[in-house]
Amino acid sequence: MTTNVSRRGFLKSAAATGAVLLVGVNAKGVAAASGAADAMLTPFVKIDGQGNVTAIVKHFEMGQGPSTGLTSLIAEELGVRMDQISYEFAPSNPAVYNNLLFGPFQGTGGSTAMANSFMQYRTAGANAREMLIKAAAAAWDVDAAGLDIQDGMVVGNGKSAPLGEFVSAAAEIAPSETPRLRDPSEWKIIGSEATRRKDSPVKVNGQAKFAMDIQLDNQMVVMIKRTPQRGGTVASFDDSGAREVKGFIMAQALPTKHGVAVYAENTWAAMQARSALDVEWDFSAAETRSSQEIRDEILAALDTAPVYNVNGADQSSVASAIEGAAQVVEKDFYFPLLAHAPMEPLNCTIEQTAEGDIVLHDGAQMPTGPHMAYQQIFNLPAEKIHINTVLAGGSFGRRATPDADYQVEAGLAFVMTDRSRPVKLVWDREDDIRGGYYRPAVGHKVRVGLDGEGRIVGWQHQVAGQSIMKGTPFEAFSVRDGIDHSTVEGIADSPYVIPGMALGLTDTEKATSVLWWRAVGHTHTAYVMEVMMDMAAKAAGQDPVAFRMAYLEGEQDQARKAGVLKLAAEKGNWGNPAPGNVQGVAVHKSFGSYVAEVVEISGNLDDGIRIEKVTAAVDCGIAVNPDVIRAQIEGAIGYGIGHVMRNQITLDGGSVEQSNFPDYEPLRISDIKAIETHIVPSTEAPSGIGEPGTPPSAPALANAIAQLDLRVSELPMIENGVAFA
Amino acid sequence: MATKLNLNGKTFDVDAEPGTPLLWVIRDELKLTGTKFGCGVASCGACTVHLNGEPVRSCQTYIEDVEDAEITTIEMMEEDKIGAAVQQAWLELDVVQCGYCQSGQIMNAVGLLRENAKPTADEVDEYMYGNACRCATYQRIRKGVLRAAEILEA
Repeated sequence: MTTNVSRRGFLKSAAATGAVLLVGVNAKGVAAASGAADAMLTPFVKIDGQGNVTAIVKHFEMGQGPSTGLTSLIAEELGVRMDQISYEFAPSNPAVYNNLLFGPFQGTGGSTAMANSFMQYRTAGANAREMLIKAAAAAWDVDAAGLDIQDGMVVGNGKSAPLGEFVSAAAEIAPSETPRLRDPSEWKIIGSEATRRKDSPVKVNGQAKFAMDIQLDNQMVVMIKRTPQRGGTVASFDDSGAREVKGFIMAQALPTKHGVAVYAENTWAAMQARSALDVEWDFSAAETRSSQEIRDEILAALDTAPVYNVNGADQSSVASAIEGAAQVVEKDFYFPLLAHAPMEPLNCTIEQTAEGDIVLHDGAQMPTGPHMAYQQIFNLPAEKIHINTVLAGGSFGRRATPDADYQVEAGLAFVMTDRSRPVKLVWDREDDIRGGYYRPAVGHKVRVGLDGEGRIVGWQHQVAGQSIMKGTPFEAFSVRDGIDHSTVEGIADSPYVIPGMALGLTDTEKATSVLWWRAVGHTHTAYVMEVMMDMAAKAAGQDPVAFRMAYLEGEQDQARKAGVLKLAAEKGNWGNPAPGNVQGVAVHKSFGSYVAEVVEISGNLDDGIRIEKVTAAVDCGIAVNPDVIRAQIEGAIGYGIGHVMRNQITLDGGSVEQSNFPDYEPLRISDIKAIETHIVPSTEAPSGIGEPGTPPSAPALANAIAQLDLRVSELPMIENGVAFA
Repeated sequence: MATKLNLNGKTFDVDAEPGTPLLWVIRDELKLTGTKFGCGVASCGACTVHLNGEPVRSCQTYIEDVEDAEITTIEMMEEDKIGAAVQQAWLELDVVQCGYCQSGQIMNAVGLLRENAKPTADEVDEYMYGNACRCATYQRIRKGVLRAAEILEA
């Protein structure tokens, strides 16, 4: 585990209530040693003179729980109970609040919130504790070594006082280079089943403020009438119909010409005025292909030699190993475009202060994106732009566009006004479903050779699809030697020890905007890997769990993957389904975590099947908040299964055919009757949890359905022979 | 057009054209933002409020049709016996993730428990079917309704 802590320091300031102690860790150590006040740290821990402790959370909250997780790390090290600490979202400042795994960029994604913050936030909490203890030791004239903070009280040497008494003195003390982190044997909060989410209370009584709930005085609501075909532009528009709508203010074509901004006094007026707007589009440079053409292109790419040899394998020796195999198992797969469809339609609100600063109110997944974009749009330096991060109603990747799409739309809409009124940009569900940015359509072609004993002797795997990362500012994260590893992650880097694997990749042409979608490439690679494993096990006449275990003989990576497979099989009664039921299993590593799932279904293909139970086992390192981890596995399973059951985005002549939930039907409560999650105890560093539950869910379901003699290799399932009861 | 609205025990005069969805009056005029906009076509349930005690989708309920009705929103549930029990169960089980749909989930769950004090798991699934949760917190929603029934029985 590494964290780039090179300097530590503190920043103090006076508040109306008295001293406020701000403790943090400077990721870059900028000038901290020189003692220049303005080079000091923006903090992770804030304590006022009354002893009220606030964790400054650098990751936004889209439901995956970092507001609870990061706060619990501070509470643990500092020595306060969870009911003695609150949290605030950090401002946009990548020099201090960057994601340590993203470089100089502030953002949430890739299941990294806990993984990159674990040491950083513990260190910050420990520093706060040590500074307060030193202040108390001086006040009491005792040795600091005999003091601790417990339940918000400085205690030791027969004395006890609330930590708030020492805040102003502590603010004068330099933090230590290496604060003592509490030993795991001291932990009361990390690993506790008692911890409840910090964001629950406001989310059950209507008080939670999402971006959609921002209501600024005198704000206008803007909706965009967008080109129905990607690449279309506004030729002209007629707003005479919109003028009939009460509350309509004005309509303006966006400078990008990809739509017309409709300004109104409120949301309903904006919706009506937009409907009444008549736009003449120029489609001469627009996308015109249909989903069928995109599918044909991908499948054709699979039938030709791949452009990239991903793992450097000797293709011909793998091919000849398969030719000489006792039997060959082969399958082609196709995965459609998918929308993210977070529950809260995209929106954000922008205003200008009296000083000419720009303030964006946003459920900001990657604050650095709009922060940089706004410097250009408004021609302002970074310090004149502020981002107020508020709760986000889901994302699944959608809010993290490399081009800050909706924030830029809001900025452009605002810049076309006199800026005297705040502008709230609102998307509706149709904008969301049709508004571009999808999990790419992808095809796989796999041939697996087995010897006479049913052992794998060669695995030839080709992938074709549109690259997510190429041409974006994130290219450097994932693209090496032309290979976008986000398209093939989970295959060649799988912990399975597979002899003779050849992995090829071909990029297909850009058909629409594509984007990471919960678990990214693993959404299709896990499906293919685990369905092929299942097919190979069947061909070998072996139990699917036992068959997999043969390729998981090894230390660490293999042992951890085998560990979750064994636990899920045991807890899921593998091999002993209820009478009339059948089971399927899958296991996959993603984002540093290992998840195995056993899906048990009832029914049959004629009358429809029902998902009775999913039993999951997860190894994500130290389980900081076990109940949050279970909730993430439950949600990730639902997200994975819901989409493979019945979702796809299709294009007709370049236009998206789906528009809202009735034709992009979400998972419903009755679709999965039970989910049970088991956590493998671990002392390893925490790894991802928001995404890893998704990849094995769909193949485990597919493998259960295969027990009914239907092998689903093209999605969604309802379009390919499966009915759900 | 002025309309008298009886909402959360108070009377409001609102200026809204006929055909305006109740949702937008509640959110944009009365500034009560606990009631959410999710789909606008009554297929997600995020906008659920009570009309004379029964759950309705406020995005498809029009202002001219509710003048004589008692409207209740999530902001009043703490004062409702069933509502408070559902909220307590939601907190015990940490049902929420992103939380955006949960006002609607809770309003619908209260409607269920009002007409069926002791629902089975299948009855919960049937009644809650129309309330979508993209975070898929459904296992906890189901358990939460059953737990609220227990709390109310105690």
